[in-house]
Amino acid sequence: MDFSRRDTLGLALGAAALTVLPFRVNAAAEDRIAEFTGGAEMGEGGLTLTAPEIAENGNTVPIEVSAPGAAAIMVLAMGNPTPGVAQFNFGPLAAAQAASTRIRLAGTQDVVAIAKMADGSFVKASSTVKVTIGGCGG
Amino acid sequence: MKVRAMTAIAALLAAPLAAVAGPDSDELVVNGEINMVTQTEAPAHLDGALSELYSGWRFRSDETQALQMDDFDNPAMVFVDQAQEAWDTADGTEGKSCASCHGDAADSMAGVRAVYPKWNEAAGEVRTLEAQVNDCRENRMGAKAWKYDGGDMASMTALISVQSRGLPVNVAIDGPAQATWEMGKEIYYTRYGQLELSCANCHEDNYGNMIRADHLSQGHINGFPTYRLKNAKLNTSHARFKGCVRDTRAETFNPGSPEFVALELYVASRGNGLSVEGPSVRN
Amino acid sequence: MASGVKPRVKVPKSVAAGEAITIKTLISHAMESGQRKDKEGNVIPRSIINRFTCEFNGQSVIDITMEPAISTNPYFQFDATVPEAGEFVFTWYDDDGSVYNDNKSITIA
Repeated sequence: MDFSRRDTLGLALGAAALTVLPFRVNAAAEDRIAEFTGGAEMGEGGLTLTAPEIAENGNTVPIEVSAPGAAAIMVLAMGNPTPGVAQFNFGPLAAAQAASTRIRLAGTQDVVAIAKMADGSFVKASSTVKVTIGGCGG
Repeated sequence: MKVRAMTAIAALLAAPLAAVAGPDSDELVVNGEINMVTQTEAPAHLDGALSELYSGWRFRSDETQALQMDDFDNPAMVFVDQAQEAWDTADGTEGKSCASCHGDAADSMAGVRAVYPKWNEAAGEVRTLEAQVNDCRENRMGAKAWKYDGGDMASMTALISVQSRGLPVNVAIDGPAQATWEMGKEIYYTRYGQLELSCANCHEDNYGNMIRADHLSQGHINGFPTYRLKNAKLNTSHARFKGCVRDTRAETFNPGSPEFVALELYVASRGNGLSVEGPSVRN
Repeated sequence: MASGVKPRVKVPKSVAAGEAITIKTLISHAMESGQRKDKEGNVIPRSIINRFTCEFNGQSVIDITMEPAISTNPYFQFDATVPEAGEFVFTWYDDDGSVYNDNKSITIA
């Protein structure tokens, strides 16, 4: 669509009405991914990352990862000061290659999960979590 | 302005507004067996100030609500375990533990949380649970008083609350407690601080609305002590009152002060009828 | 050794042989991230639990590498297959060298 100056201003004010913290990205995250995958291509599918759309509080955000048949799943918080969150390595007695936990997110960002499948291939899933400022005094 | 641009702005503005809603209609059953009353008619003394009572649980996101539904999901319960150990451990000059006099907490503390704060005849004042615990510690155990809103105390009041879970809050507001209750009511409706906000401005006039990205509740304390996601620990009601008053940019009161004891009695009475949920999970 | 660290684990008492169970684990630990500063402005050093393992009769169920983004009072939920009666051993490894344990037995129904 064509935007006049008035339109752009209006849109910007509308966007400001969303009280979310600015989107964060961390360059070190790419290094972590390369380290885990050895530079291999990552496919999609077979990996579910469940995270809330809006985190009630960034200090404790419940997430779940699930990838049937995976050997390991790595989780990164792409906008945290240090992106590493956890790596779940499944043993022979894991009934499902799935786990739930609670994580800290410094601000609105993408949470990324990468699964290393039994055949050595990699798949990736990503979820944007909005982290909000609440109440008085945050 | 062009119609398309206006639609885009309307969509952007509508997104946060859509989140402004009253409490949800979820039901709280803990461990598949404790049915919690999270919605009930307001007590008579409110005189219509609230049409219906809703527990703070009803204002939280689905993910936060889920954390309270199982005692192994609820992070507060590990502190209840710690308090259970403290309950059984002797402390102080008399060589007694809580158990020495009170036996099994599940028996002796059943129903206690639901009626506190309450008038203590011997002491001639309204006592909170914390004040009572410290009275026992100092005068009967010969032990040092715990910090009123510290971790040890919060864990112990959580253990005591567990023994009343599911029971209706039922604090007395008449008889000898009435003067304290009236004082608490006056504090509740007094505007404090540079921001000139009273408890009622948010929790009575604006519950269900958003304050920045927080969903305002009616401010009941049936869930206290509560595990807040924000600081990942148990919080007592006085600690929360202190923070709220500080956030109005006022000189706040201290935990255990007569003002907060009175306020706690009044705020508890606003929730008479809701189930004791402590320790709950809130943001 | 960090103080006040206490595990809390949920394991069913018994299950049919070969069936899967859900395990919930929590441990009270501050998980100091290394991002916070004290009142004087000095960085509070990182001090977290960096690894959690669950084994059953000597075999691995799950082995989790943990980083500072795991919340205070780390919580994990996962499923395990139970081939026979035995004991689950849960181990948490602290940055400061401490190791915390909890065991839960399970019988076959």
